[in-house]
Amino acid sequence: MSAPAQDSALERAPVLVRDWLTGFLPGQARWAANSLLDIIAILAVFGLLFAFLTLAERKILGRVQNRPGPNRTGWFGLLQPFADGIKMLTKEDIVPRAADPVLHFLAPVALLAFSILTFAVIPYGRDLVPVDLDAAVLYFFAASSGAELAVFMAGWASHNKYSLLASMRALAQLISYELPLLLSFVPVALATGTLSASGIVAAQSGWKWDLVPRWLVFTPWGAVAFAVFMVSALAESNRSPFDLPEAESELIAGHLTEYSGFKYALFFMAEYFGMCALSGMAVTLFLGGWQAPVAALEFIPSYAWFAAKLLALLLGFIWVRATLPRLRVDQLTRLAWKFLVPVALVNLGTAAFWSLSAPWEGPLQLLRWAVALALAAVPALLLGRGLSGDLGPRTYRYA
Amino acid sequence: MLGTGLLQGLRVTARNLVGSFHDPKRFVTTQYPEERTKLPEAYRNFPFLVSESAEDPMGTLRCVACQICEKECPPQCIYIEKSRDKKPDANGKMQIFPAVFDIDTSVCMSCQICVEVCPFDAIEMDQVFELATTNRFEGLLLDKHALAKPNSYFHGIHPTEAAAVDGRLAAARKASEEKARAAAAAKAAPKPAPAAPAAAPAAPGAEAPKPSPPAP
Repeated sequence: MSAPAQDSALERAPVLVRDWLTGFLPGQARWAANSLLDIIAILAVFGLLFAFLTLAERKILGRVQNRPGPNRTGWFGLLQPFADGIKMLTKEDIVPRAADPVLHFLAPVALLAFSILTFAVIPYGRDLVPVDLDAAVLYFFAASSGAELAVFMAGWASHNKYSLLASMRALAQLISYELPLLLSFVPVALATGTLSASGIVAAQSGWKWDLVPRWLVFTPWGAVAFAVFMVSALAESNRSPFDLPEAESELIAGHLTEYSGFKYALFFMAEYFGMCALSGMAVTLFLGGWQAPVAALEFIPSYAWFAAKLLALLLGFIWVRATLPRLRVDQLTRLAWKFLVPVALVNLGTAAFWSLSAPWEGPLQLLRWAVALALAAVPALLLGRGLSGDLGPRTYRYA
Repeated sequence: MLGTGLLQGLRVTARNLVGSFHDPKRFVTTQYPEERTKLPEAYRNFPFLVSESAEDPMGTLRCVACQICEKECPPQCIYIEKSRDKKPDANGKMQIFPAVFDIDTSVCMSCQICVEVCPFDAIEMDQVFELATTNRFEGLLLDKHALAKPNSYFHGIHPTEAAAVDGRLAAARKASEEKARAAAAAKAAPKPAPAAPAAAPAAPGAEAPKPSPPAP
């Protein structure tokens, strides 16, 4: 069944094109050329995705608010991202006199570099992994947590109290949410027994009863881990409702306050790249990576399936942004430490039970599902009740 | 339950997103330069001068350069110079006319006092708002050629008000004609009435008082 799908010309097109371009080169040079091609492809694809994602976000936010969104530049505003890019490029680049010029310049560069690094290990399709590391997921989280340093670098180098306060906030937020993000991944490693991204995708292949794909999100613990992962990913990429670091109503623009022109655009690019990378990782870990949901649809090439899932998650990000108001700092940290971390820890136990009970047969299957569902839902509901206990207006006793 | 509020919110935004494509009642935006919303009749800003005919606006201005509006204008944005000679107005009557009639729209505050004090219904409120120019002095100073707009235009923007003004003017014209006829009849009679023709150009405002003069 899967053999013809693997061999179809469309499926093999990226690899064939690459081999056609670099096939004549000898050993080491060919490897270098292939890597260079990978880098160019990732930058081109995700650069364009970034451009049109900003447009899509503005259009969708507009539609949600019953207005058309940008529609003047090109057909339906399709050229708007390029107009924005030209505007950003031609703007004056202001570096405050008090700022540390080297760090001030390095911060957006470092942020962007770290977020691009994470793209290296995501399997975009069958045989489409730029770097197939054994510990790809570890590498991914290591690279993405480097972004936090860059955010703090930006706040520190600006020499501005708003920037510094905001970057400390950002740091608190990013470190808080790093933990549930990693903890929600641990059961995946436990269930699949590998840290390699392509290994995790391979572990999710096939269909149960030839119907339900064996994606991890369709297990009780997988659903919980996916939810925790997505909430943490929202916070990690500084997206609404966790966009506290750049809360313009209280902190001007947070760590971006002293940035202008293209450096500002780089921060935005890094934010969207981070969002894309985290969504790509979520697809890889929980949504079966590049695998088709139905066996009959396997003729559609794997990278198209990956793109479809990635876009669906990104639209979800935008949808959430259009809906939810921003959290307060105390609510934000409470959500991380009192809800997401405990839920993710309990979920580890659920996953352990699930993999231990894998050989159960017959009516024991029902028991397995019941216990796992209870383990997944009850702690979340109980913790959630405690979470919404005192969500009323905060009383400031000393202010 | 946990998360139901979030789901409710997501449902509302999703309905908005879908609804904006098929429900014109939701999607209220007008694409301004191409489409325009119909301005409400009561909307008004910046005065214009009413002329009787569209073909010869300068010859049929209702304004007789009495300068009342110039004196009443709170920000003093109106500048009028009377003509030396007279020329026939729309009714064929010899009248002084404004040789210069300027309104500085950078100063005008659209208070409508000039309209209220005008005894000839010669100045009315317009509905223009696209007055952007590249020169903030000459560009915003409108002379009488720019200000003159025909009565049909007035009917187009403020129909109720224009009908009332037309009725008032017709009544005044009828009254003055009757008066002239009576004077002519008196003249034809043995004992001539003194100064009858001079009384003919009675101001229309005298017969039909306008809403109210501005209280000092």
